Amino acid sequence: MYWDREVETIKQEELEKLQLRRLKAMLSYCYKNSPFYRKRFKDAGLHPLDVCRLSDVRKLPFTTKEDLRNRYPFGMLAVDREEVVRIHASSGTTGKPTVVAYTGRDVDTWAELMARVLTCAGVTKRDTIQLIYNYAFFTGGLGFHYGAERIGAAVIPAGVGNSERQLLTMRDLKVTAFSSTPSYALYLAEFAREQGIDVREFSLRTGIFGAEPWSEEMRRRIEEAYGIKAYDNYGLSELCGPGVAVECEAREGLHVWSDHFLLEVIDPESGEVLEPGEKGELVFTTLTREAMPLLRYRSRDISMVIDDSCECGRTHPRIARLMGRSDDMLIIRGVNVFPSQVEHVLLQFPEVAEHYQIVVDRRRSMDLLTVKVEVTEKIFRGEPEELLKLKKRLESRLRSVLGVKAEVTFVEPGTIPRSRGKAQRVVDLRNW
Amino acid sequence: MVVEQVSVFVENKPGRLSKVTRILGEAGINIRALSIAELGEFGVIRLVVDRPHEAKAVLSNSGFTVGINRVLAIEMGDEPGSLARIASALGDAGVNIDYAYAFIARAREKAVLIARVDDVKRAEEVLSSEGIRLLSAEELEDL
Repeated sequence: MYWDREVETIKQEELEKLQLRRLKAMLSYCYKNSPFYRKRFKDAGLHPLDVCRLSDVRKLPFTTKEDLRNRYPFGMLAVDREEVVRIHASSGTTGKPTVVAYTGRDVDTWAELMARVLTCAGVTKRDTIQLIYNYAFFTGGLGFHYGAERIGAAVIPAGVGNSERQLLTMRDLKVTAFSSTPSYALYLAEFAREQGIDVREFSLRTGIFGAEPWSEEMRRRIEEAYGIKAYDNYGLSELCGPGVAVECEAREGLHVWSDHFLLEVIDPESGEVLEPGEKGELVFTTLTREAMPLLRYRSRDISMVIDDSCECGRTHPRIARLMGRSDDMLIIRGVNVFPSQVEHVLLQFPEVAEHYQIVVDRRRSMDLLTVKVEVTEKIFRGEPEELLKLKKRLESRLRSVLGVKAEVTFVEPGTIPRSRGKAQRVVDLRNW
Repeated sequence: MVVEQVSVFVENKPGRLSKVTRILGEAGINIRALSIAELGEFGVIRLVVDRPHEAKAVLSNSGFTVGINRVLAIEMGDEPGSLARIASALGDAGVNIDYAYAFIARAREKAVLIARVDDVKRAEEVLSSEGIRLLSAEELEDL
């Protein structure tokens, strides 16, 4: 099922032609309308006409989050203020918020991309979809909202929080699809269980999850808890929000909508462009954005291109599920550790609750990685030996997966902060 | 004959014992004996109380993870040498005591040894052949 068959299944050569045409237009547009990029071109001794082939994009310097912050709030605009119809701000989890502006056409393109995303996840005009995203500032709520309306689905703008009401809405309004962060989906399932509510008896059949990295095991748990199919989607507010990439029914990687975003994968250290199959940082060039075009924007998200055609018939290149963020990456005694790896290990132990926290500290110039795990009756029936045995098994598994020693400590249930938006899984106490 | 011991998982930080005992006190549950196993960052509070299942319920409701295990309540004379007699009877029979703690029952003018052993059946045989009494849950409640 496609939203826009023609574009989604466009021939490879046609796609590249379209990309090149749009790239050239985009560079001229930036040169003409964006004081920031004109200066960038001049400083690099470049002119838009130096780009003749798609690979010439590599000649351009990267754009970083820092550039956006330094030009807060409107220094990246390529249109007059009066052309702007929407302004979102990123959650600022890693610093000052960044502002993202949209023209009317940007909002329209975004809705179109989100319609493709939702269709990939099987949503049609017959569905009722509950959007459990923050609508305030954040792109998640309105992004899905506009896409679902474009499809013609019935949209419930539920927002976040008030789990009781979320469940009541799901049940009473016979909701068939919902979208939230994966950690909230798990939280809500747990909450329902505590209330003695069986969400599998609801009318739900599909769910789309994103805004934070999650693993296959987490997907399995969500699918099992709700009796639905769970799809991954990817986006970043700087590019538009959700709507950059999504899984199709094959669920073997996420298609990047490459008629609007030109994708590269680079080595985050050297900046060198990597081949398909090589893990690195995703870099995007917007091909159609008007209000705030971005050239070679470093997402800081880690993944890789899957070099293979997809059974669904879509030709847009796929990326593997997100492996973490380059700024999430913890360097523990010189070893790169992604929180998602820890999650991956913990979810292999079904008796361990979903709630964990990674704490990094430094004692006598030695990095210490601690994983806090909540103790429930599944792992403690009265004798501490069972805990000590579990601790040993967890530690040895973590050590072999992470390549660095991790200590497991047990904490009382309910003491690890619950996620209602983005999960705060990592606490880094080191003083640099 | 075994009795039930309530085991509470707690983090090793100030105030936990006070919280556990306060919850039990407010529920009118009487603690007969208590021991704490410390295992680094966390610990286990072991309790013999008059109403173990009620104790588990009120503690669970307050967010604690609680287990109930079966242990022996061995009656012993409140006089020198009683504990040695029990320990050597079990030791000679090859029964291992994983842990134990004792309290004095004023009403009976006796002491009670709470013990977790690796072989309950063997321990019961050995102790009974030595004429050492095991207390039932009811007897423990009445102390």
